[in-house]
Amino acid sequence: MEQNMLRKKRSLKYTYIDCAIIIGLFVLLAVLENIMMPTHIFFTVVKKGAIYALLAVSMNLLNGFTGLFSLGQAGFMLIGAYTYAIFTIPLEMRESVYMYYDGGIINFTLPVVVAVILAGIMAAAFAFLIGWPVLRLKSDYLAIATLGFAEIIRAIFQWDKLGVITNGANLLRRYPKFTSALVPCAVAALCIAIILLLINSSYGRAFKAIRDDEIAAEAMGINLFRHKQMSFMTSSFFAGIGGALLAMFQTTVQANAFKSAMTYEILLIVVIGGIGSVSGSVLASFLYIAASEWWLRFLDSPMVLDNGFQVPLLRVGFRKVVFSVVIMIIVLFYSRGLMGDKELRTENVVNGFRKSKKKLREWISDRRKKNREVAE
Amino acid sequence: MLKIKNLQVNYGGIEAVRNISLEVPEKSIVTLIGANGAGKSTTLRSVSGLVRPTAGEITFLGESLTGLPTTEIVKRGVTLVPEGRRIFPDMTVEENLKIGAYLRNDSLTEDMNWVYDLFPRLKERSWQLGGTLSGGEQQMLAVGRALMSRPKLLMMDEPSLGLAPLIVRGIFDIIREINKQGVTILLIEQNANMALQTADIAYVMETGRITRKGSGKELLADESIREAYLGKKKS
Repeated sequence: MEQNMLRKKRSLKYTYIDCAIIIGLFVLLAVLENIMMPTHIFFTVVKKGAIYALLAVSMNLLNGFTGLFSLGQAGFMLIGAYTYAIFTIPLEMRESVYMYYDGGIINFTLPVVVAVILAGIMAAAFAFLIGWPVLRLKSDYLAIATLGFAEIIRAIFQWDKLGVITNGANLLRRYPKFTSALVPCAVAALCIAIILLLINSSYGRAFKAIRDDEIAAEAMGINLFRHKQMSFMTSSFFAGIGGALLAMFQTTVQANAFKSAMTYEILLIVVIGGIGSVSGSVLASFLYIAASEWWLRFLDSPMVLDNGFQVPLLRVGFRKVVFSVVIMIIVLFYSRGLMGDKELRTENVVNGFRKSKKKLREWISDRRKKNREVAE
Repeated sequence: MLKIKNLQVNYGGIEAVRNISLEVPEKSIVTLIGANGAGKSTTLRSVSGLVRPTAGEITFLGESLTGLPTTEIVKRGVTLVPEGRRIFPDMTVEENLKIGAYLRNDSLTEDMNWVYDLFPRLKERSWQLGGTLSGGEQQMLAVGRALMSRPKLLMMDEPSLGLAPLIVRGIFDIIREINKQGVTILLIEQNANMALQTADIAYVMETGRITRKGSGKELLADESIREAYLGKKKS
């Protein structure tokens, strides 16, 4: 027991260090915003990366920690994005946004913070409703059902009859946005922190138990359906908030953009980061967005060298080819993702470092012994 | 303590359990022996609510358990150690034990110490992942996990499955020890020899029916039982 207490104490110390590092990153970001051009692509990557990190972690809660393979993410994001946009477009702008629907029927606006939270609640409410029939399904069937739900939602939001609320197939715009990259980062960090607390609570333990062995979890008295529903709703709540952030980032919202390809993009981030690793999802999200938006951009523009030689293959669309190859390599050689199911924490880094130092020392002394034996 | 009356369980058209009745008195060890497919596991699973009985009545301390969800049955003090151990491989030993106490809201330290006293091996490995334990240790963990719910009746589905004879003996010693500390035990076994030596009362099941009942020693001495389950004596 004393040993466990010591271990816990040491673990807590490292948690403080982790928090300090994250606060340090925020300070760094604030400084960079003051010294770099605000239009620099770096800030686009940070904003979108933070939003995708939240979306990936919320998907990981469901797929990685509860073992429910759901593909409804884009649908819940859509609900969140629309909820936020609909309730925050200023009254004087409504006439021009809802020009085909006489300004729409909603004639009030909500404060931004309330609208963001409402976006999450709406997504969770939809999750509650479709969870009743859908969560009784398993593995592939659950994936197909949730995918179908997302597609249906996308169609319904473009329906002409609902145009007075959703503006039909037209864009929603002129709602409040953020300019500083600190806003999406702070919201994402807060939400991810809440998800982490949930995962490490007794509910989180029950989720993991369901993932590991449903029958044993049930035999221990865990109500399978209730916990699955809870995980599904929580995941959707944060997907809704992520959708609201995405709406702010994109400055316009249209249902047609929330295709299943968006879900796959987030699933890909989860897989690359490691199913069952929160820090993996965050890391992978920033890497993925940076690669697709920034580092591989040059592949899309034709390049002519000084001596008039045109570099072959470089043209619009080539970026996606290279990107696909990179992803295939990652999936083939890091099939458990960058982090597996481990977390990137200073504690683990320090322990890993200590272990390898020990191994190195053993190896050296081994070598010496052998050399001595040979000499004798 | 536990009374099963005219229990019938059908899987589709198959009658897995046919109209059986049995009784588990308080503080005793009761065993149910029989060949594969005799309906032993189905009986236990219907007591713990994992399977819905087709007909019949199950009462525990005078209260009906029939049709209740597993959560409620565990809350009333009936816990199942499932067949094949089924520990949670990606969680630490300690987390596994905490899951066992999931439905309780009071302090766990006392019971944690109790389980660690029963199984010192688990204490040594409390930070190890469940999947890295040996078969015997996993069985200890499965029993410990079930004990964390503070059961009045502990049901075990083949605790000796796939374990070396020496370890099986250890497990049965622990079963007796747990029983001495006041937990009633209902045990299913294929290892009839060990089970009959341990049990106060034994039932023999064949193709969904109970065919014999007696004290463990009686059945152990019975010629026909010896022939069927313990191997014929060479004359």
